[in-house]
Amino acid sequence: MSETKTREEITEGICDALASFGPDRDQVTLDATLADLDIDSLDLVELAQIVDEQYGVRLEAIDLKDVETVGQAIDVVIAKRERTLAGQA
Amino acid sequence: MSGCALVTGGSKGIGAATALSLADLGHAVAIVYRADADAAASVVAQIEAQGGTALAVQADLAEAAAADRVFDVVEEQLGEVSVLVNNAGTRADGLAMALTDAQWEQVLNLNLAAAFRCSRRALRRMVRARHGRIVNVASVIAFRGNPGQVNYAAAKAGMLAMTRTTAMEVARRGVTVNAVAPGFIPTALTEDVDPEMVKNFIPARRVGTPEEVAACIRFLASDAASYVTGTALTVDGGLSA
Repeated sequence: MSETKTREEITEGICDALASFGPDRDQVTLDATLADLDIDSLDLVELAQIVDEQYGVRLEAIDLKDVETVGQAIDVVIAKRERTLAGQA
Repeated sequence: MSGCALVTGGSKGIGAATALSLADLGHAVAIVYRADADAAASVVAQIEAQGGTALAVQADLAEAAAADRVFDVVEEQLGEVSVLVNNAGTRADGLAMALTDAQWEQVLNLNLAAAFRCSRRALRRMVRARHGRIVNVASVIAFRGNPGQVNYAAAKAGMLAMTRTTAMEVARRGVTVNAVAPGFIPTALTEDVDPEMVKNFIPARRVGTPEEVAACIRFLASDAASYVTGTALTVDGGLSA
């Protein structure tokens, strides 16, 4: 797993991924809710794949269970990535 | 034609005819076989003789880890799988009250669970690619009872339910999931059944051929079937009409 990704790069990558599921890119803000963006369960499964491929973070369904906004989703990914990196150290 | 086709149970019968037909459509074709390496090599040779590309991969798909192993090999050698044909199947007949757990599991593991595992793996790339075709080879036995085949009927009916549900889940990603439901097709799987005996029950008054089933699979795997998903196409000479 690359340790060099910054929070900004991960944020940008996840927002781009969410935008690829349908919403306009400028709608995908940290405060936007996944419901408002019409992000559904299939989108989240695909997002988990992208996150795994790009950041080496294995998201489980339970990780995103309480996530409502884009910002919360990004926080979950970054937190899990840090735990994963710490475990590898 | 972008992406390769993967046909399970591709060394004989419907699977072999399908592999040849999909190669003719322009796909590189991976043939998964369990036991008959010579038959698999023969299909590969026929495809290569026609100018196509083919690969035979040995696996017992009844084993839980086999599907991922097969996909790893195929993706490495032929690229991403854009067409998956879940054709591998077996029989272990017996009346329900006498059927053993082993007979039940043998048929459900290969005819249904393996199809699910291959589909799950294939869908990951198909969904990302916004294109893909899955064709499940079910049976008319999915629609009607057939004494002595409770395991086979349950597996094939489950396959149709899996087809419909998966189709709904991924339709908006440009991936279609369909089934064919063959009637009586003389193959190694039915060699203990006399075609002369069964044809009197078939409105067409003849049994089908693997090539007639393969033609339907080819259609469902093609771009021409882009708006067809979640359905089962019967190929049975009117048997289930």
